[in-house]
Amino acid sequence: MRTKTLLRATLLAASLGIAAALPAKADEQYFPLQSYRVGPYAAGGTGFFGGFIDYMNLINIRDGGVNGVKLVWDECETQYEVERGIECYEREKNEHAPAGPAAFNPLSLGIQIALIDRSFTDKVPIITINHGQTATSDGRVYPYLFPLLLNPPSETSAIITYIAQREGGFEGLKGKKIIVLYHGSPYGKETIPVYELLAQKYGFNLQQIEVPHPGNEQQAQWLTIRREKPDYVVLRGWGVMNPVALKTAQKVGYPADHIIGNIWSNSEEDVIPAGGAAKGYIAIITQPSGTDFPVLQDIIKTVYGAGKGNLEDKNRIGSVLHNLGVVNGILNVEAIRIAQAHFGNRALNGQEVQWGFEHLDIDEKRIAELGAAGLLQSIHVTCADHEGKGAVKFEQWDGKKWTVVSDWINPDRELLWPIIRQGSEQYAKEHNITPRDCSENPS
Amino acid sequence: MSAVAAPANPSRNLLNLAGIAILLLGAFVVLPLVGSGYLFDAILTPFLALSLAALGLNLLTGYAGQVSLGSAAFLAVGAYAAYNFNLRVPGLPLLGSLVLGGLTSAAVGILFGLPSLRLRGFYLAVSTLAAQFFVQWALNKFGWFSNGNSSGVIGAPPLTVAGLSFDSPVGRYLFSLAIVTLTTFAAWRLVNSQTGRNFVAIRDQETAAKVLGVPVLGTKLLAFAASSFIIGVAGVLWAFAYVRTVEPDGFDLDRSFQILFIIIIGGLGSIRGAFLGAAFMVVFPLLLSRVGQTLLGGLFDSGVLENSQKIVIGSLIILFLIAEPLGFSALLDRLKSRVLPRTRPA
Repeated sequence: MRTKTLLRATLLAASLGIAAALPAKADEQYFPLQSYRVGPYAAGGTGFFGGFIDYMNLINIRDGGVNGVKLVWDECETQYEVERGIECYEREKNEHAPAGPAAFNPLSLGIQIALIDRSFTDKVPIITINHGQTATSDGRVYPYLFPLLLNPPSETSAIITYIAQREGGFEGLKGKKIIVLYHGSPYGKETIPVYELLAQKYGFNLQQIEVPHPGNEQQAQWLTIRREKPDYVVLRGWGVMNPVALKTAQKVGYPADHIIGNIWSNSEEDVIPAGGAAKGYIAIITQPSGTDFPVLQDIIKTVYGAGKGNLEDKNRIGSVLHNLGVVNGILNVEAIRIAQAHFGNRALNGQEVQWGFEHLDIDEKRIAELGAAGLLQSIHVTCADHEGKGAVKFEQWDGKKWTVVSDWINPDRELLWPIIRQGSEQYAKEHNITPRDCSENPS
Repeated sequence: MSAVAAPANPSRNLLNLAGIAILLLGAFVVLPLVGSGYLFDAILTPFLALSLAALGLNLLTGYAGQVSLGSAAFLAVGAYAAYNFNLRVPGLPLLGSLVLGGLTSAAVGILFGLPSLRLRGFYLAVSTLAAQFFVQWALNKFGWFSNGNSSGVIGAPPLTVAGLSFDSPVGRYLFSLAIVTLTTFAAWRLVNSQTGRNFVAIRDQETAAKVLGVPVLGTKLLAFAASSFIIGVAGVLWAFAYVRTVEPDGFDLDRSFQILFIIIIGGLGSIRGAFLGAAFMVVFPLLLSRVGQTLLGGLFDSGVLENSQKIVIGSLIILFLIAEPLGFSALLDRLKSRVLPRTRPA
């Protein structure tokens, strides 16, 4: 009896010893994912994080990682709730030492806001593609925050520019009435002053109406819209709010082709549930939908072929949000690649990856090499500009698929940067931060 | 629930004091030495802030019998008031902003407590809902409260008290712990005073209390003031020590419900109930989530896991309330009376 116990103890000790003696896997680059697959925003979460994971899988299976460094990730369910996002962040930031996480990619402005303060001490980049608090575009004040491709003011400006094009130039905006229907969250409210500024500049009448989170009750708002008879309604929604808006618009008789959706109101998940009510609806995009791009073909062949695809519903491959996830994957992986060229082909820590993002410069040639021609536009991030000067297009839903209906449109960034700087400088003042001097390290 | 009016029992009191001393020693000395940053930042600091909020609500609902659904609003008032005092009054120390935040919340609490003079039970609960909606609306509507930030977001000032910086995970935890300990002590003194007994008298039988000479109206308003003061202070901790960059929507009705559930599960009308309930509501879901992820993460996607956790937690709450409707606090009392048979529970 006693020998048996002794034997067991020895075995246990031995196995523990072996486990402890195993070398830590150093050549793994870790991406913690604060994803959400339940709750009112689940459609967005599954599409976006599905695309991101599909791309990372592609890099691992097809290329054996980034220069031999495997990509690894785990998911932490946030349900789009800020407190859960913080808990995930605090848990994940300590994992995969010594390199630690490469970058956080929360698809939630609320979570990003709660992480702003933490980014200064933890020094891991926080990527908020197509969203993020406006001021964080100013890399001088926020070194670790990257609202890549398109920040809220740029998006707003592009929408107004598109409406102006339809009205025959900015002159045509004079006296027009535009109503902005926004989601009752920090994300939704982010652009209120930007629209006010643009209304002042171009002389259109503006009214901004809030839809409370999550957005499945909009009767009162649309009755107001029917009374006001605006020329355009801009939909600044997310999740369930969008199909409800389109259906309610149809009920009050407002034409769908005069509703312009913003960047988080542009996916198949927003229009398909609205059925016929969505026909004619127009929305802004940074990346078109579709599976014709070589990188998407690779994902279908290599990743889904190996049974490792992340989307359960294969019809969603190539949808707007899935493609955005793929684009997000490309930008993260390219940042790692750029940083590796500088620091060496190994797992990098957050500060080194931050350098990579700050030198993210992808031109058309590189985009073609990546198999993403037409999917991704050129992007050039610098120390001072963490957005990277993206351009946008507009697409229209014909009841079955999206069709691009505009050329590339460039936002009026000259007009908007003062707003961004005003916000970032106020933050810097409140927190005793001296903005970095970005002229010193030209990039 | 009758622990308030417990007859003094010297040996039991001594035992309780010793227990509290050990608990405080562990919390102030041992934990900071052994705990990790994750433990402090993601678990203990929100636990302390929510415990304090629940304690505040317990004064009002558990002791004084006034149901309120506006707790999250008072959290928000405390947080935004402290932020603005800190921002706009030069040279004001952080603790000064914290107290002023609590006092502002108390003032708003009295205002929304006025209906309690005429309304009771569910009717009162509905009128406190007004506080919930009004405060969120006001914070969103008037940019002044958030210093002109378009999305209503405020950032916490550095946690510095008398030149000492508390801006580290342990520091934020110790800062919260010190505030929570002091406030809990004050609350304990309050419920054991004549005022505390007046609270209970009003809860148990308002007419009889009036006959006995309890100043019903004043006591009710005092309960609202004390409760919202404590919740306001909890809001400052939540905003400054835990989330650190907050927005009005973080203080929504769900949060009010969460605090109400904490005191129901922890035990109405008991100080430690707030702490036990908060531990259950904050720590247990995380534990379940981590265990589920480790054991079954490979088999199911995180959505399925998350939904099953909701089912598990929901059923546990129902089962627990059927088995012990008086909450964890009563359960602990029963355990104690089994282990220490000579010290009868009161």
